[in-house]
Amino acid sequence: MSRNGPLALAFHGLFVTFMLAPIVVVCLVAFTPEGFLSLPTNGFSLRWFRAIADYPEFVHAFWVSLGLGALSSLVAVLVAVPAALALTRYPVPGRGALQALFLSPLMIPHVVLGVAFLRFFTALNLGGTFLALLAAHIVVVFPFAFRLTLAAATGLDPALERAAVSLGAGGFTLFRRVTLPLILPGVVSGWALAFIQSFDDLTMTVFLAAPGTETLPVRMFLYIQDNIDPLVTSVSACVIAVTMAFLAILDRLYGLDRVLAGKGSH
Amino acid sequence: MDIELVSLTKRYGDTVAVDGINLKIRSGSYCCLLGPSGCGKTTTLQMIAGFLTPSRGTIRLEGRDLTQVHPSKRGLGIVFQSYALFPHMTAAENVAFGLEMQRVGKAERTERVRAALAMVGLAAYEDRHPRRMSGGQQQRVALARALVIRPSVLLLDEPLSNLDAKLREEMQIELRQIQRNLGTTTILVTHDQGEALSLSDRIVVMSKGRIEQIGTPQDTYERPASAFVAQFLGKTNDFSARVEGAAPARIVVGGWSAPAPVGVRGPVTVSVRPERIGFAQDGLPARVAARIFQGNHWLFQCETECGPAIVVRPNDGLPQPGEGEAVRLAWRQDDMSIRDGSLSAGAAA
Amino acid sequence: MSAAATTSLPAAAPTTVPALRASRAPLWLILPALMLFTGVVLVPLAMTVLLSFHDWGQYKGIEPVLILKNWQEIATDPYYAEMFGRTLRIALITTAATALLGAPEAYILNRMSGRWRGIFLLLILGPLLISVVARTLGWALLFGGSNGLANKLLMSLGVISSPLPFLFTETGVVVALVHVMMPFMVLSVWAALQRLDPQVEHAAMSLGAGPVTILRRIVLPQIMPGVLSGAIIVFSLSASAFATPAIIGGRRLKVAATLAYDEFLNTLNWPLGAAVAVLLLVGLVLIVVGANALVERRYAEVSP
Repeated sequence: MSRNGPLALAFHGLFVTFMLAPIVVVCLVAFTPEGFLSLPTNGFSLRWFRAIADYPEFVHAFWVSLGLGALSSLVAVLVAVPAALALTRYPVPGRGALQALFLSPLMIPHVVLGVAFLRFFTALNLGGTFLALLAAHIVVVFPFAFRLTLAAATGLDPALERAAVSLGAGGFTLFRRVTLPLILPGVVSGWALAFIQSFDDLTMTVFLAAPGTETLPVRMFLYIQDNIDPLVTSVSACVIAVTMAFLAILDRLYGLDRVLAGKGSH
Repeated sequence: MDIELVSLTKRYGDTVAVDGINLKIRSGSYCCLLGPSGCGKTTTLQMIAGFLTPSRGTIRLEGRDLTQVHPSKRGLGIVFQSYALFPHMTAAENVAFGLEMQRVGKAERTERVRAALAMVGLAAYEDRHPRRMSGGQQQRVALARALVIRPSVLLLDEPLSNLDAKLREEMQIELRQIQRNLGTTTILVTHDQGEALSLSDRIVVMSKGRIEQIGTPQDTYERPASAFVAQFLGKTNDFSARVEGAAPARIVVGGWSAPAPVGVRGPVTVSVRPERIGFAQDGLPARVAARIFQGNHWLFQCETECGPAIVVRPNDGLPQPGEGEAVRLAWRQDDMSIRDGSLSAGAAA
Repeated sequence: MSAAATTSLPAAAPTTVPALRASRAPLWLILPALMLFTGVVLVPLAMTVLLSFHDWGQYKGIEPVLILKNWQEIATDPYYAEMFGRTLRIALITTAATALLGAPEAYILNRMSGRWRGIFLLLILGPLLISVVARTLGWALLFGGSNGLANKLLMSLGVISSPLPFLFTETGVVVALVHVMMPFMVLSVWAALQRLDPQVEHAAMSLGAGPVTILRRIVLPQIMPGVLSGAIIVFSLSASAFATPAIIGGRRLKVAATLAYDEFLNTLNWPLGAAVAVLLLVGLVLIVVGANALVERRYAEVSP
């Protein structure tokens, strides 16, 4: 029972078309049977998906992105969960400042972070290495893991932990049996969001990546800088498919609007 | 003004939220729709307000059909459960809103807003925003906002449910007084029987989308028309009883008996309010299982051969039976209502 | 958390969890994150600020001295004024467009029934997580490529009579940026709408307000903080956007982020690039903090 008038629904239709148009176009062009950019008017073809295999740079970049995303989001969660719990549980001095610091990568433009990381890791003789990329990604995705854990831990009724303590649970048992299960949806969503952020990041990574450590977005960006052909659209279609799968999981798990409320806002 | 509901019905798919309600509320009276959650009372109110369209039936105000009138043109004053104050406006701006919509001139508006806020005791809070007011104050602003437009009917949707017990009692008295002074026809929706009993002229007890009983508070309490009404309006004791002999027949509850009303045949259930039962020389034998002190009264949990009984006695300083003591329970014939043994609805004597 | 083992009387401390009272625990829990952020955020940022004062030459490379040469160049050369002006203009137009389109859309979404609302929310917010490169590639295909679908569509609808240049123009950059940033605005307004008491619109209606009055006098003032905080996010992200201006704007239409990239990876004038980046950071922080403070003060009564 929509309460919107016809005018509102027309606006809504145009709006959704605008939001989906570029994504749909990329996916359609990826299926073209032609050798040039075109919409697949004469049937669909998988030739450009098969062509990805002949371009090892993309395949390699995909594995770099996957490894980088998995590792950096994992480390970020492992570091963020204790910090978030400590900040919600104890009267930590300078709590506000610490929170602002841990969320600062959201506020600092990624181009500035890229510049700073390039300068920093070059000075350490780590320029272009996977280790430098990893450290940079951990920092950049940290706020997403931190913020969702913080929200979950803040929403936790302190009486639950007190009840567990009164029943004899303590220390790690308390964390493992009571606290962690209760904040798990937040932690898992934080991890998934962190993974996607790492997997998608271009602006910061483009400063740090060198041949051999190029991530998929960086490889795609550099490719597009030279020329746009159906190959890069089929690669994009794959990236879109992977993201969609993650998105569905996130939405099921936690509600997309709640997860995304932690993205980008200051 | 008179308001009349004629076979008002609201269906959602296969479920019937309100099932053919007929109700006439006289001008100036204070009527209360009482029932548990899901009984259809809020749905009924929403239909009167116009936020829901009835599946069938009509709503008449002074004989005029309201069903097709847009909610903004019905001229009803509504106090919402959440108060629904406009958070970005001050108390005075909230109250003034309805007058602005009626295009009341600025001078008159200011005057009426001031008077309305004074009436609810908030003259000093004109420039306060709702966020910075207590629950009770917000409630009063909501009331002033609904009344300032001089509504033909005032609808109150669980208006006191968000207040604490003491404040609620104060507001009940205040609400009653304001309503008496203004003489506005008022419909209150509540699940709180105490509120319904203390505020209204007439109580409409609802259950499962139907009206169970309509009557004055005293009537409804003393002579519940059904087991549901008896249970919902305060505590009651149900005893299984027999009818013995013929012409004159007697109704017998263990060791207690009284002449049976004409036409009653057993087995039956008799229902007696806890405060109407006394300890006596003669009557239903019982044992005090627990005695609980509650300040101005004592509460006794007793066991009898006809079922458990709760007895409430005022704390008048006289000695009371102790736990484990054997006692006899008795009550006046008028204080009991008799239902068929099947526990289905039966007429009171 | 070693104190937990020795605590046997939880009732003795009713106000705090005894197992969590160990005084050193928070330090150990926060320390890894604190070290990470000091080492990999604060130090690199400080080094970058320092770098912006260093000298650089085509042949001598970076010279670690403290001079104002880069800052003077940015302040005096009109090229930089034009570039920062363009960055600001693109960010402002993008912000205004997302607010004007995103706020009504969030309101429409909020009025939909449950199932449709969920589907469309997913469709509109979902692109937020899809790679910016893929999304911008889509716009590049729509604008140019061999077809220029956007122009074909607009011309067939009669909106325009001759093809508009989108690729390598500010218009194109803005259109693509509006698409990239839109989910942030919808999300922000959506969150504000969720905080709205649904009975408030009924209350206004019962007091005689029509739909337009309700929208203007009741709903809009209450979601304004959401629109403004969304605008702050969109502005700061648009002003520092890199991928979209780089792909749609091409090599000549430079904004702050693409210029910094050029100085670092093409010209190799790191000190000048660092100065551009630092100026962008400082400018954005000042604007964002200032705007936040204004919004909070103006809407203290509405936002919880």
